[in-house]
Amino acid sequence: MHVRARLQAKTLRTVLLGVFSLFLYVLLFAFEERILLLSTQGSLAFLTPISIALVFSFVHGAFTSNFWDVLGVRPKTRREPRRWNR
Amino acid sequence: MEPIAPFIALDPINMVGLFLIGFVGGMVSGFIGSGGAFVLTPAMMSMGVPGIVAVASNMCHKFPKALVGAYKRAKYGQVDLKLGIIFGLAAEAGVLVGAHLQQAVERTFGNAGSNLYVSVVFVIVLSVVGGFVLRDGIRSWRAGDGFDDNQPGRLARRVQAINIPGTMMYFKSIGTRVSVLILFPLGFATGLLAATIAVGGFIGVPSMMYVLGVPGIMASATELVVAFVMGLGGSIKFASAGFVDIRLAMIILAGSLFGIQIGAIGTTYVRPYVIKLVMGVIMVTVLFSRLIVIPVYLADLELIGTLPTTTERLLRDGSFYTLVAALLIGAAAIFRALWIGMRESRGTVAA
Repeated sequence: MHVRARLQAKTLRTVLLGVFSLFLYVLLFAFEERILLLSTQGSLAFLTPISIALVFSFVHGAFTSNFWDVLGVRPKTRREPRRWNR
Repeated sequence: MEPIAPFIALDPINMVGLFLIGFVGGMVSGFIGSGGAFVLTPAMMSMGVPGIVAVASNMCHKFPKALVGAYKRAKYGQVDLKLGIIFGLAAEAGVLVGAHLQQAVERTFGNAGSNLYVSVVFVIVLSVVGGFVLRDGIRSWRAGDGFDDNQPGRLARRVQAINIPGTMMYFKSIGTRVSVLILFPLGFATGLLAATIAVGGFIGVPSMMYVLGVPGIMASATELVVAFVMGLGGSIKFASAGFVDIRLAMIILAGSLFGIQIGAIGTTYVRPYVIKLVMGVIMVTVLFSRLIVIPVYLADLELIGTLPTTTERLLRDGSFYTLVAALLIGAAAIFRALWIGMRESRGTVAA
């Protein structure tokens, strides 16, 4: 029961992260003209693409990590890399 | 969308294509520390994206991808952060010099001269380093359990014995102190290569393994830190000039973050020689892709006779699809290793 509850919480978190990630992509394409203009104008233009890339990496990165975990694609459990226990 | 120079309108089929290439490229990057860029840039250019925008957008997907990959592999204890940052800063200097060199070649010899220069660098580096990595991977594979990946090679032992007072620094992945004066040229060469052929890891990972004595799994993980530092610096430079198409970068990132997780997870199931084998096979396949296209550039420079249009097209297409094949071979090897590893692991747990 405890394991099932944990799995459900993990699935819910994955779905929420997926929805949030999708929402960011919808925003990016809904405002693409304005964002591309911002990317080319002014001395601080670089902040637009760099900050977008960082935000997407955190949200989408967390989603993809959870996505494979929920599907059962998990690393071999250990704290140390394999080279120390061949 | 109204056209905004230098960006193009995107069509859904191309977006799906970039997502898929991003996925496969991400998987390879997560596993060997680099890769994918050599297919993404020409793929974007074939969609009509200007060359500089393709390079800039590729760079802008690379640093967030490397960040996620490095974080993931750090959780497995595979990353040497200190080595990665120092190596990355030296690589950044290499990128700046490499970009100037590239521009100088283009100014002097034109676009065809620049392409020939890139191809020649590809062929020399990949035949020497790629051949060595592949040979070492095969040797370790054949040696089986008798081969100890923890033991540094002869060159690494010599490098580790060098003591230059005031420059020595301890690195956990090497297990001893090494002079930063030795790290700097290696990092610089990595950046120089990244600026020339877009994949610095083809120098970075082998130099960490064979010159410094870093185990293959840690070298490929630490390369992700190097890629982050280099990619962030390069992206800021390109974005300041307004060349980053963030839509392209984020489409590729969408696929590559799915892939990089698989690649990173795969490293926890394989023996270290598998990293060398996959990297060596990819490098040698990429080498062939560049060899195929060299006659086209020689003809452009009028160093050989003009090629018939169909021959030229055949050679260019052959080169591109060989690059795609390099990525797919790498991805297939990673999938196989992951599949077998997970099955064996479940069998062990069940027993």
